[in-house]
Amino acid sequence: MNFTLKVWRQKNKNADGKFVSYPLKDISPDMSFLEMFDFLNEELISKGEEPIAFDSDCREGICGACSMWINGRAHGPVPGVTTCQLHVRSFKDGETIVVEPWRANSFPVIKDLIVDRSSFDNVIAAGGFVSINTGGAQDGNDILISKDDAAEAFSASICIGCGACVAACKNSSAMLFVSSKISHFASLPQGKVEARNRVQNMVAKMDEEGFGDCSNTYACEAQCPKEISVEKIAKMNREYLTAKLL
Amino acid sequence: MSDIDSKIPEGSLDNKWTKYRSTVPLVNPSNKRSLEIIVVGSGLAGASAASALAEQGYKVKVFCFQDSPRRAHSIAAQGGINAAKNYQNDGDSVYRLFYDTIKGGDYRSREGNVYRLAEVSGNIIDQCVAQGVPFAREYGGLLSNRSFGGTQVQRTFYVAGQTGQQLLLGAYNSLERQIGIGSVQMFSRHEMLDIVKIDGKARGIIARDLISGKLERHFGHAVLLCTGGYGNAFYLSTNAMGSNVTAAWKAHKQGAYFANPCYTQIHPTCIPVSSTHQSKLTLMSESLRNDGRIWVSKKKDDTRNPNDIPEDERDYYLERRYPAFGNLVPRDVASRAAKERCDAGHGVGASKMAVYLDFASSIKRYGTIEAHKKNIHNPSEEEINKLGKEVLKEKYGNLFDMYKQITDENPYEVPMRIYPAVHYTMGGLWVDYNLMTNVPGLYALGEANFSDHGANRLGASALMQGLADGYFVIPYTIGVYLSNEIRTKAISTDDEAFVEAEKKVQDQINKLMSIKGTKSADHFHKALGMILWNKCGMSRNEKGLKEAIEEIRSLREKFWSDVRIPGDANELNIELEKAGRVADFLELGELMCIDALQRNESCGGHFREEYQTEEGEAKRDDENFAYVSAWENKGNNSWDLHKENLEFKEINISKRSYK
Amino acid sequence: MTTFLNGIFNTSVGKKIGMGITGLFLISFLLVHCAINATIFLNDGGNIFNEAAHFMGTNIFIRIMEIVLFAGIIGHILQAMIVTIDNRKANSVKYDVFDGKANSKWYSRWMGLLGTLILMFLIVHLLDFWVPARFTGLNIPPVMIDGNEYENMYAKMLEVFSVGWVVVVYILGMISLAYHLMQGFQSAFQSLGLNHKMYTPMIRMFGKIFSILIPLIFALMPLAIYFGYLN
Repeated sequence: MNFTLKVWRQKNKNADGKFVSYPLKDISPDMSFLEMFDFLNEELISKGEEPIAFDSDCREGICGACSMWINGRAHGPVPGVTTCQLHVRSFKDGETIVVEPWRANSFPVIKDLIVDRSSFDNVIAAGGFVSINTGGAQDGNDILISKDDAAEAFSASICIGCGACVAACKNSSAMLFVSSKISHFASLPQGKVEARNRVQNMVAKMDEEGFGDCSNTYACEAQCPKEISVEKIAKMNREYLTAKLL
Repeated sequence: MSDIDSKIPEGSLDNKWTKYRSTVPLVNPSNKRSLEIIVVGSGLAGASAASALAEQGYKVKVFCFQDSPRRAHSIAAQGGINAAKNYQNDGDSVYRLFYDTIKGGDYRSREGNVYRLAEVSGNIIDQCVAQGVPFAREYGGLLSNRSFGGTQVQRTFYVAGQTGQQLLLGAYNSLERQIGIGSVQMFSRHEMLDIVKIDGKARGIIARDLISGKLERHFGHAVLLCTGGYGNAFYLSTNAMGSNVTAAWKAHKQGAYFANPCYTQIHPTCIPVSSTHQSKLTLMSESLRNDGRIWVSKKKDDTRNPNDIPEDERDYYLERRYPAFGNLVPRDVASRAAKERCDAGHGVGASKMAVYLDFASSIKRYGTIEAHKKNIHNPSEEEINKLGKEVLKEKYGNLFDMYKQITDENPYEVPMRIYPAVHYTMGGLWVDYNLMTNVPGLYALGEANFSDHGANRLGASALMQGLADGYFVIPYTIGVYLSNEIRTKAISTDDEAFVEAEKKVQDQINKLMSIKGTKSADHFHKALGMILWNKCGMSRNEKGLKEAIEEIRSLREKFWSDVRIPGDANELNIELEKAGRVADFLELGELMCIDALQRNESCGGHFREEYQTEEGEAKRDDENFAYVSAWENKGNNSWDLHKENLEFKEINISKRSYK
Repeated sequence: MTTFLNGIFNTSVGKKIGMGITGLFLISFLLVHCAINATIFLNDGGNIFNEAAHFMGTNIFIRIMEIVLFAGIIGHILQAMIVTIDNRKANSVKYDVFDGKANSKWYSRWMGLLGTLILMFLIVHLLDFWVPARFTGLNIPPVMIDGNEYENMYAKMLEVFSVGWVVVVYILGMISLAYHLMQGFQSAFQSLGLNHKMYTPMIRMFGKIFSILIPLIFALMPLAIYFGYLN
């Protein structure tokens, strides 16, 4: 297959960036999208040019390192997958594919397609945990948790922290990410003990980190590679109201 | 006698750890506040150790090369975590987990360490539940278990097909809590490039800020390496792209022994290599072997569609060879059996380097059960199929989806094609019972050390070991060393040793940048991977290993004269990062072959073709090789071998049979 | 208590909740307004409508609610402006390619524009009816119903909607309102945390019907009058 890749190139955080087009020939349809980038980078290196910098690590859709805004969508056109799981066969032969970094002021570009997502870590540090020290926990079976509650917690805890929700949101809001963690703990008895502080601290930190406000367009849900539902956001709102008013 | 001291405490096996941790020296809380600990790596071992130590009051600095500690590759573990809870009332116990692990490791691990691991396994589950890890539950609200290879009890706790992710996030959340409090300082996008030693003790590290390219000096009273395994030496593996041996290797070059480097685990169920551009291999969880049957055609070079091959022309070779464990034999056994069939010309798929993992009979079995549950009498084949597929979807949905995404084939309709791939490394830095290397103050935890899995690791034991080391071992054992360090004031990073260490790192970077050759780091990495996979992979022989050593040496020379790294060193430069890691793999690769060459026996993941039974099973030599090979680096790619003899007092060492 | 309601409205989540509360309040007003005005379809020469209008114009509770209503409208607009400014700050570099339609409904992304159109319509609407009724006078003789004298709001309506372009403005206003409601109705529930596997589909369905029905009834009023179905 043949493609033209139009890729955002930016030397560093402070430099101006621009799009550069790279024609690619004879790409095997079995290649993953990132393997196509590896292939292009090999070409660039052999020509003495700087390869395109992008984040990727596990390449099986679980670490959340890969990002890329592909043809106007986070993680590309296929729903429910990360960029590393995307395959070249999902594109039309001869297509021009535009690849940009995540755009959000809380995710500044570091180089080319790499952005700084440490704001996510900061939000977790503000309350995304159960405050227990190591040792002294009771037996695992002493806490009975219904299958449904465990499943509900799991459906939120699968968030990989990739930032697609922020990237997809026209407001750069991080509500889906933050609500996933809040919702995960709110579904479990272990998390209920400090639920009030958690939601207030995490929301405050989220605002401090400069993420935008939610306007319920639900683009986050549509582009989440783990297909986490906006129900989690409603749950966070509920937790917030409870914490503030009751 | 061993010439190295593993410091295993005296006393009966079941009392060793309890007694030891009750008598080890302690550091009082006010002294902890002035003791600094560096943790390199933020996976299960690193995150758990850092949070547990910070909770105790130590000042901790954590380093990871990823953009966030949450991305460490522990996150990709799928199947589960073992613990001797005996919740299923099926005869499990600490002793049985200990026994299974020693036997699974083909009698090449330490009794004392493994028993301790089995003892604390239960605490790990309790700790993780308390953190809010959403383990799978039964309808009554109790924790659920499943089976894994190499065991006959159900002791594996799991969270769907993403247990590693959930455990890591639990540890990550605890770590972030400490970061928020200010007791841990986090350095992400930082790569450790050397250990700083003062008076023979590890006193800090040199790290490169991967964004600015600047080298930084960091002091610590102790340094913990929690940097994972070296499977990526093979280039293609189930490890993450960034997984590397650099931290462990730099420590090795500073004097830490590297133990059992030839013990690598080849996981039997991975998606086969499909093209030369492939960047990594994807695992299909071992839990699939609970319900999938592995087979090839009895006919050689059979090109028929798998669904058209009649039952009596199929060879369910694991069930045939190992009736007692069947498809649930340990990983090394299953992998070798797959290779044997493919080498004999029975491989399937376009590459002929794959075997089938077939769910058809499970679909039928589950479908029939479901039909009974739903009171459907005389269900049609179609109904059974539909119901059976629904059950599989619930159990393994995410894995089946992943398979389809990668191969474009639907595993509900046609059998999966799988082939073994490099997955885990049992070898690693040599550590004593305290998890300290032979360099005082330098520790290795998790996959980075060698201690618990012998020559083969059982499924669902890596998560167990990483968390055991971090949560429940190091918080006690580090006191043995640090209680003698309370008078050591923080050493200034202007100290001569730091200056020199930084210069050494800078020199290597300058050297790499100045080569300006013609080939990328990946080019050399791929070439190394091919050598290791072909000659130091699933089976090894003397001739091949000797060739491999020569080939690696010459490849290393080419690397140092022809690698091309575009860009500058004082900026984010992924090619420079890669080159540094490949340089270390190129040295480690040689040691792996040297170790494999000296071990004239077959055990676990190390299969020497010269040492096998008539039936093709591994032939161990307990008389001559019941030892840990611990390699001391003598510089210029030469090594001295030290042997730590393994004593089996509790377990009657015997032939490992799964038949 | 150091801050009002624990500072509930000071955060991003709080702002959303505020939008939801004022939004729902305005929706409830629409329902009342629509029900009263729909009495013109009885075609009784506007008698019931004029009586109702009189009640609305003189009842003290309603007069107080009128102030609350204006506060609600202004609050809703101010909150929207604050949120918009926040979001501009959060997101100053735009994508070159943005495939918005693949992920969300266009009207969910253009709530601000739809709201602005509604505001412009509202100004026209207030100038047409509310200002004359409260301040400048209708310049239409009162009407006698059952022996009582009433302001003839109905006649005012007939007068206003006899002009073609006014009818067009009203219809455009109602289309904007319909889309604004289509997003806003279910959105308010979401913001207030009322999302439930069983009830949310019902709320969404009801919201859709409401969003089409209410503006449709409103839009039929100028149309019916302009084309002479009512007199």
